[in-house]
Amino acid sequence: MVISVASGKGGTGKTLVAVSLALCLCDEGQVQLLDCDVEEPNDHIFVHSAIGQSQPVLIPVPKVDETKCTYCGKCAEVCAYNAIAVLKQKVLIFPELCHGCGACSYLCPESAIAEEGKEIGVVETGNSGNVELIQGRLAIGELMSPPIIREVKKHINPTSEVIIDVPPGTSCPVVEAVSDTDFCLLVTEPTPFGLNDLSLAVEVVRKLQIPCGVVVNRVGVGDDKVEAYCQEQGIPILLEIPLDRRIAMLYSKGIPLVEGMPEWRNAFLKLFQDIKQIASFGVVR
Amino acid sequence: MKEVVILSGKGGTGKTSIAASFAVLAQSKVLADCDVDAADLYLLLQPKVKKSEEFWSGQVAFIDKEKCTECGLCQEICRFGAIKDYFVDEVSCEGCGFCSQICPVDAIAMQPCMAGHWFISDTRYGTLVHARLGIAQENSGKLVTLVRNNAKLVAEGQNIDWIISDGPPGIGCPAIASLSGASLALLVTEPTLSGIHDLERALGLCRYFDIPALVCINKYDLNEENSRRIENYCYDQGVEVAAKVPFDNVVTEAIVQGVPVVEYSSNKVSQEIKELWQNILTRLDR
Repeated sequence: MVISVASGKGGTGKTLVAVSLALCLCDEGQVQLLDCDVEEPNDHIFVHSAIGQSQPVLIPVPKVDETKCTYCGKCAEVCAYNAIAVLKQKVLIFPELCHGCGACSYLCPESAIAEEGKEIGVVETGNSGNVELIQGRLAIGELMSPPIIREVKKHINPTSEVIIDVPPGTSCPVVEAVSDTDFCLLVTEPTPFGLNDLSLAVEVVRKLQIPCGVVVNRVGVGDDKVEAYCQEQGIPILLEIPLDRRIAMLYSKGIPLVEGMPEWRNAFLKLFQDIKQIASFGVVR
Repeated sequence: MKEVVILSGKGGTGKTSIAASFAVLAQSKVLADCDVDAADLYLLLQPKVKKSEEFWSGQVAFIDKEKCTECGLCQEICRFGAIKDYFVDEVSCEGCGFCSQICPVDAIAMQPCMAGHWFISDTRYGTLVHARLGIAQENSGKLVTLVRNNAKLVAEGQNIDWIISDGPPGIGCPAIASLSGASLALLVTEPTLSGIHDLERALGLCRYFDIPALVCINKYDLNEENSRRIENYCYDQGVEVAAKVPFDNVVTEAIVQGVPVVEYSSNKVSQEIKELWQNILTRLDR
């Protein structure tokens, strides 16, 4: 089963929940923890797995053979991203704008365009007991995280339980990370910011037709509007984590909640059972 | 005109609470919410929308079933896996138009996408330029650029000194679109190992684009040892820690009340944010 952990708003506790879930489930068997927050991957801080392998992520960008090029301008015309400009005697390529669709190379009438790989980041893997950590890391200054997220997700082993830590927001990186997962856990906090961004995240998972449930973190501050919203929308609240300085302290030191306060293990195991039931039957029984 | 952009790398460190407080503290300013994915600044500034515009960006492929001969070429060449069984998955389609170019029977058209909205609004503190990216849309970087360009136009038109931008989390496309060409980046971090890790990458991004940076440690007293690590790190990097804001529930209370924290309370949090703003003023007046 593949569970994505998303939120809309940043800093609500996605990493805390994703890591704790993975560490509880690994007593039962193999677990994969996929850190798809490739702009700011943090799971490795909590799961002390030595990174064993690092694979570059390349996207194909055009390379023009100017001995063959007639400067006809076809490539610039077909590029939807303005990544190619053709001057009288020169072709300019802007690799950071290229999405690697391949249209220019395929459609060049002189076959003057080859593609070369450009590194935009890496995928790193490592093991810690039964937990396999797979994380993507966008290179600083690079714009596009979805190709790295796609690479991370290629490592999914369907015989494992898979937990995906999703980046914040509601745009393409989130869609890439959440797509094709069996269930999406939405982590929020009981504040107007948390509610606003939760409601956006709910729209995303509904558009992708993925069942979802909510974890409310830092319960005790803020207001009760998140609860009212979930009730009104028929979204189950599967876990509440209180605002507790001890929990914040553990997080700050990079200690997973279920290790620093093992009394939380049962709550996360129950969370997993509830998710399994909703994913297979549509409701918590 | 000077533009301060508030970034953090890690989400939830307090960017929006600080941006809203600067809205109160700055004399002559335009506010820009560059977190177009999950825009929250409006919740504290209570804007009245004066102008609302659609944001059309990118395109999506559409297959005309009448013309399609199901030859399968489009599915074969699409690198985004967006065409299955001669249907385009609009979410996966990146709008490159390759399929439309090569379809032998001209059955694929590219249709423009309405990818969100952007707004110019009045608030008690000045003009706010903000936006809402459509759900699951691409091109958030372009929408950020549109927000910033319009904030600049307003500032130039009214001879306003400051643009204060509330940035998105992360270091990718929308963060880069928020940062490039700004006068100063304020990096808000928190004393957690994640906060430190993400600060290092956000600072790397400022270096990459050659934008001067200042650091604010928010909730510094949640883990003072980590706060010292951040201070040492910043010292080594030659970056100033311009403020250390303590943890206090008044920040959340202010969010619930829908007001900037410096208006809600006059305690230590507000004092620190006021000093931080003074610090930024002196730094950019130099």
